[in-house]
Amino acid sequence: MSVLRFNNASKNYDLAEYSVPAVRGMTVAIGEGEFVALVGRSGCGKSTFLNLAGAMDLPTSGEVLICGFSTTGLDDDRRTAIRRERVGFVFQFFHLFPTLNALENIEVPLQLAGRDLPRGRALELLELVDLPGLGDRLPHQLSGGQMQRVAIARSLANRPSLLLADEPLGNLDTETSATIMNVFRRVNSELGTAIVMATHSLESAAATDRILTMRDGRLISDSAPEANAPGL
Amino acid sequence: MNHVRLLYRLIVRPLIREPARTLVTTLCISIGVAVVVAIDLAGEASAGSFQSSMESLQGTATYEITQVGGVADRVFGELSRLDAPLQFSPRVEGYATFENTGERLPIFGVDVLGDSSLRSGIGMGLPELASLSDSQPVWVSESLGVDIGERIELTLNDRIDVFTVQGLLGASAWKGSASAGLVVMDIALAQRVLDRIGKLDRIYVTAIDEESRSSESAIRELLPAAATLRRAGVRTDENRKLLRSFRWNLQVLSYIALIVGAFLVYNAVSVSVVRRRPLIGAARAVGMTSGMVRAGFLAEGAFFGAVGTALGLAIGRGLASVAVELMGRTVESLYVSSAPGEIAIRPWTVAVAAFAGIGVSLASAWWPAREASSVLPTEALAGARRDYESGTTSGKWAVASLVCACVSVALCFVPAWDRVPYAGFLGAVGLIVSSTMLVPKVAATILRLASGPLLRVFGAAAMLGSRSLAASLDRTAVIVAALSAATAMMVSVAIMVGSLRDTLLLWMDNQLQADLYIQAEARAGAEDPPTFGEDAARVIQALQTVDEVDRFRRYSISYEGLPATLALADFNVHRSRSRLQFLSGPDRATVIDRLVSSKSVIISEAFGSKHDVSVGDSVRLPIGGGAEEFEVAAVYYDYSAEHGYVIGHREILMEYLPDERLTSLAVYVSPFASPEAARSEVIQAIGERRLRVARNRELREGATVIFDRTFAITYALEAVAVFVAILGMAGALVTLVIDRRTELGVLRAVGATRRQIRRLVLTQAGMLGLVSNAIGCVLGVSLSVVLIKVINKQSFGWTIQFHWPIGLLLGAISVIFAASLATGAYPARVAGSLDPLEAIHEG
Repeated sequence: MSVLRFNNASKNYDLAEYSVPAVRGMTVAIGEGEFVALVGRSGCGKSTFLNLAGAMDLPTSGEVLICGFSTTGLDDDRRTAIRRERVGFVFQFFHLFPTLNALENIEVPLQLAGRDLPRGRALELLELVDLPGLGDRLPHQLSGGQMQRVAIARSLANRPSLLLADEPLGNLDTETSATIMNVFRRVNSELGTAIVMATHSLESAAATDRILTMRDGRLISDSAPEANAPGL
Repeated sequence: MNHVRLLYRLIVRPLIREPARTLVTTLCISIGVAVVVAIDLAGEASAGSFQSSMESLQGTATYEITQVGGVADRVFGELSRLDAPLQFSPRVEGYATFENTGERLPIFGVDVLGDSSLRSGIGMGLPELASLSDSQPVWVSESLGVDIGERIELTLNDRIDVFTVQGLLGASAWKGSASAGLVVMDIALAQRVLDRIGKLDRIYVTAIDEESRSSESAIRELLPAAATLRRAGVRTDENRKLLRSFRWNLQVLSYIALIVGAFLVYNAVSVSVVRRRPLIGAARAVGMTSGMVRAGFLAEGAFFGAVGTALGLAIGRGLASVAVELMGRTVESLYVSSAPGEIAIRPWTVAVAAFAGIGVSLASAWWPAREASSVLPTEALAGARRDYESGTTSGKWAVASLVCACVSVALCFVPAWDRVPYAGFLGAVGLIVSSTMLVPKVAATILRLASGPLLRVFGAAAMLGSRSLAASLDRTAVIVAALSAATAMMVSVAIMVGSLRDTLLLWMDNQLQADLYIQAEARAGAEDPPTFGEDAARVIQALQTVDEVDRFRRYSISYEGLPATLALADFNVHRSRSRLQFLSGPDRATVIDRLVSSKSVIISEAFGSKHDVSVGDSVRLPIGGGAEEFEVAAVYYDYSAEHGYVIGHREILMEYLPDERLTSLAVYVSPFASPEAARSEVIQAIGERRLRVARNRELREGATVIFDRTFAITYALEAVAVFVAILGMAGALVTLVIDRRTELGVLRAVGATRRQIRRLVLTQAGMLGLVSNAIGCVLGVSLSVVLIKVINKQSFGWTIQFHWPIGLLLGAISVIFAASLATGAYPARVAGSLDPLEAIHEG
């Protein structure tokens, strides 16, 4: 079963005088437990793809299904519920809540859903991302790599089927990027969470199971990592 | 010129692009300025002349001769024969109620035939001798709207008389307001209708030339010992002195809203600095000096101040019309019968407004501007976002706060200077400053403690709101400080006024023991009450339903350069009836024994504190031989008049003031009769006399109404300050939402609904209100102690018992909290409608 499916989905942004197509007629499916890299130049539509995939936005035409649920026609609350229950987000700039420590950051998504994350589970997630013992640290007391790992742990708190990462390595050095890739790989293999990671790094993309290449809003390639990604 | 253009682009243009924030900040300053302007204008108009209506026809007189109880006619005759270049103008003065309109009018009895200078001064022609024998001729001001020859009814003291209008007087004829009415009549007629046969209230002395000014000693020789010769207009100075505390207190209160506005300017400029850090970095990198950066942000403060001042002047002029009525009635009830003058914006008013608006705004912008000028270009260009790192939660601020509090407390022990409690005011301001220094630390503690319960009760969004607020305290603390200062003033004034009100009610319980109180019906000034004849007292005393009556007469006197009241009471009646509470002195029976058997008086607390007189001291009263000494037998609690009372036994004082007429009569009803039956009998017995017979309850209610009216303006000033703070809070919350939009976007991404985002902002609004209320209450109680024990005591000399107006306080605090919560509605809507994608990408 696909955790994510785009059926001829398009997204246009209406500016003052003209409409800009960000995603054009994409059809693609991501299966359970897949680790997919989304590559392409800046402005090719990667972020828009992720926004549609995370129900943060709605397609202008076509359909996006998350875990079998179409986002078309859903109101904001229902899309929020899908995101809350099925999807995890990781951002380039980490975006941890500065006033909460690492453990509290991890607990937020479930708390927003009105549930408590058992402390043991939160500690497990910290261990999963290689940050045992740093749960009481506030974001500004962590390095960039550590913050990104906390962000990954936070995205996993609600046991999502799909984890969407928007340039998660874009703000990290090579060594730290490698560490984060290992974390993603572990999450993918140990928890079976499907991951879609937008990245500029071919090296990181090569470490995934599948590479989707976008150009000008279109999917131009869907291949295994060993194949060359054209047009990059 | 280039600099100006640059400043315009970097400072003014962003302000125009954020009209809501600019408008709120400007509005806060303009309201602050408006209140200051309104109180200043209203103070000037309602009491600015400080001149009793009775001095309207003073003319160019050099001296005035007065005497408690009146100057004998013959003195004027003797003075007129004095061989000196002096002109003497006798006056009989009083008040009348104009029956057509119910308006109170000052009456002047003048020598219409002999006093040519007065006649020419007020534009009055020489009347024919025959006309004076007509049916009571009077000259009235045009503003009354009556015609020559018309017959008008005037109530004077306890009866109505009919007069014929002989002439009309133009508006420019006398000092005072053009709209104020007055009645002039011949002195002999005035003596008759005002029951002052053989007496003059005043003789004005006009020196014809410089040489005649040396005739003072010659005049004195002809005067009776009890008469006073003093510079004309001295009474105005005395009133000015007396009213100074009243005006000072109001003016200080009027500045509260402006101070709150200053906090908000500080916040607005701080926000600008934080937001424009990259811009500052870029500008510094391309050659802008730190001085130019500082000047730029000071210009922003000045911009708020200038626009706020202009708006404030206009709003203040409008508010002054309302304020002048409130203040005028208070002045009228409690101080002097001065008709309100015109409300006029003078250069001084503009200067005060500019100082208040621009000065305060510049001062508020100084610190953020300094911060901005210290921004390093490299740091700013690197995109390092930081809020104000002023370290306001650090320990050094706690120490500074403690030192400030200690100094403030010490200031409260400094005595008043020239009867104004300057040190007390400084102490109160010091306490506000002290608490402001502690606001970040206290707020951080409260917010930290609250986050757990908030999570459990209202969910994660509420907890995040509280945490986020705590993280932004370096800036939002200013808003908390502003609202807590406004709340504190509201609380302290509520406690002070509530305590004074309860003290007054308790005092009235003791003071007003009689069943009925009788006064002449004519309206008069606070300093010159109408009188009625002793015959009325005898008639009433003889009634079967009446057990006893207490005759009371009061005179306005001048004591050591300040107005005061000398009263005559029947202490034989007090022996069995009175429950007067003494502040100091022997027991009541001993005091009354002394009063009825020796030259003793009791003085009110206000009199004692104004003149530094206490039990055992002597007071020299301007009666009899001129300076009769009376021993102070006791000091009693009194809340009826700020200028203070001296009361002596009627029989003893009548030796010096042999006028039997009364100001009021307290009637004790027989235990075998009902007060209602007695009242009916009294009304029947007084017949045609125009006397007001008030029940005990009515008198108390009347006093309470005057009290509440007096303090209505005080509450209004506090409410304005709270309103300004709440307005500022709304602006600050919107700013907070905009600054934290990335955080809000991420929350949406990780599963927060729009409703939860709105709840987060509402929690912040609620917590701001709660923290401000908590700090405001503690500070307010401290300030109320300063107000009651220091400022009020030094200003008015009243001992106020502490009472907690719980209902009022709870109501005020609930309203403030509800208002602060309500201000969260709009920012919450803004936050709820944020596009999470845009918000995250902008971060």
